[in-house]
Amino acid sequence: MMLYKLTDNNMENRSLVTIAEYSKEKILYMLEMAKQFEKTPNRKILQGKVVATLFFEPSTRTRLSFETAANRLGARVIGFSDPKATSSSKGETLKDTIMMVSNYADVIVMRHHLEGAARYASEVSPIPIVNAGDGANQHPSQTMLDLYSIYKTQGTLENLNIYLVGDLKYGRTVHSLLMAMRHFNPVFHFIAPEELKMPEEYKMYCRQNNIRYVEHTDFNEEIIADADILYMTRVQRERFTDMMEYERVKNVYILRSKMLEQTRPNLRILHPLPRVNEIAYDVDDSPKAYYFQQALNGLYAREAILCDVLGITLQDIL
Amino acid sequence: MNKNKQALQVAALRNGTVIDHIPAEKLFTVVSLLGLEHMENNITIGFNLESKKLGTKGIIKIADKFFCDEEINRISVVAPHVKLNIIRDYEVIEKKEVYMPDDLKGIVKCANPKCITNNEPMATLFHVTDKENCVLKCHYCEKEQRKEEIVIL
Repeated sequence: MMLYKLTDNNMENRSLVTIAEYSKEKILYMLEMAKQFEKTPNRKILQGKVVATLFFEPSTRTRLSFETAANRLGARVIGFSDPKATSSSKGETLKDTIMMVSNYADVIVMRHHLEGAARYASEVSPIPIVNAGDGANQHPSQTMLDLYSIYKTQGTLENLNIYLVGDLKYGRTVHSLLMAMRHFNPVFHFIAPEELKMPEEYKMYCRQNNIRYVEHTDFNEEIIADADILYMTRVQRERFTDMMEYERVKNVYILRSKMLEQTRPNLRILHPLPRVNEIAYDVDDSPKAYYFQQALNGLYAREAILCDVLGITLQDIL
Repeated sequence: MNKNKQALQVAALRNGTVIDHIPAEKLFTVVSLLGLEHMENNITIGFNLESKKLGTKGIIKIADKFFCDEEINRISVVAPHVKLNIIRDYEVIEKKEVYMPDDLKGIVKCANPKCITNNEPMATLFHVTDKENCVLKCHYCEKEQRKEEIVIL
């Protein structure tokens, strides 16, 4: 199986670098594991283990979520959240930092501003690496919590209408979600301004994998009427080269509660957070708003990921 | 130009390898990719020679050197259409072409400045995703590069 590649010294390395390494079976297996942790989040199965969280780039949500997951499983946590206070600011290479920390910990959760950093770390490290985001490249635990949120609210991942809204050009979460959903026969709708539309390489990926998609530039209640999942992302000012274009579109991709009146009862609204203004506050009271529970699901998804990379199976937690 | 003069330009080799039909502008990149400057063999390098196909071409003749496929396929990324003649006792005993390998290790620089390979002392690694059009994908940052963007390390 592709998932568990062997390292040079023939030790099993169960690192999680990208969601693309997960087969359909593995995704469903991980969702089942997350479900078990939702039933009983506090377990002492990682007692005696040390989890290192190395955040070379600050990230409050992801770090707190991983550290909570580790704590609820009984592990101890070491690490840093500000690289300025570490030896990497003295010019230490990533490899040296990883080798040093791997002497102390059983697993490394890392976020890095450079793309490919987690892949490289997984190749040099004797202990498993969990990628908590490498630049604009991959963020697999976010994808797992998105999948778990979809699965939980819809009861399935199969045959869903998924609407992605906002910044589809730079949004790493929407790209990973698209790739992970290839196993489940979705229909995607891409709703974005011209400057931030889905890049050609991902549309090509859809065509190669027989994923149906429709593109829109308008965002209104008729367009989202058939949605099962509405995945909102932030349209950021700094992404625009043309400020006139930004002024024109900045209020177009905002979801307001009255747009939800004609939507399907099973519709759920997701957002990777932080939200700025792309979801109006009146939406928060709708039973279709799901973004805060979605963040909570991240805890269960990350408990499952930490266990899996440390060799604990679904059987062990049932 | 008559045949004899052409023959003088590419004087006969007793044993070794002739790399012909190198685009002139790629000649010195090929020299450096093969590490010829570190060799002690007798080497003849012809630059800006006339070529019907290419306009101008380069040619390299290396005495007593026979490359293995892995060594010679390194140059496919800059000169995919070169012709190799293997010479033994003044006779061409084999003609070969170069083939794009599946992976390129330590040859190409990643064009993404935010790629880990441009920030750590480490070798680059690319997977060739389209051999026909020479499209490479960085093993680390996963960005694709096209032929015209490729920079040799």
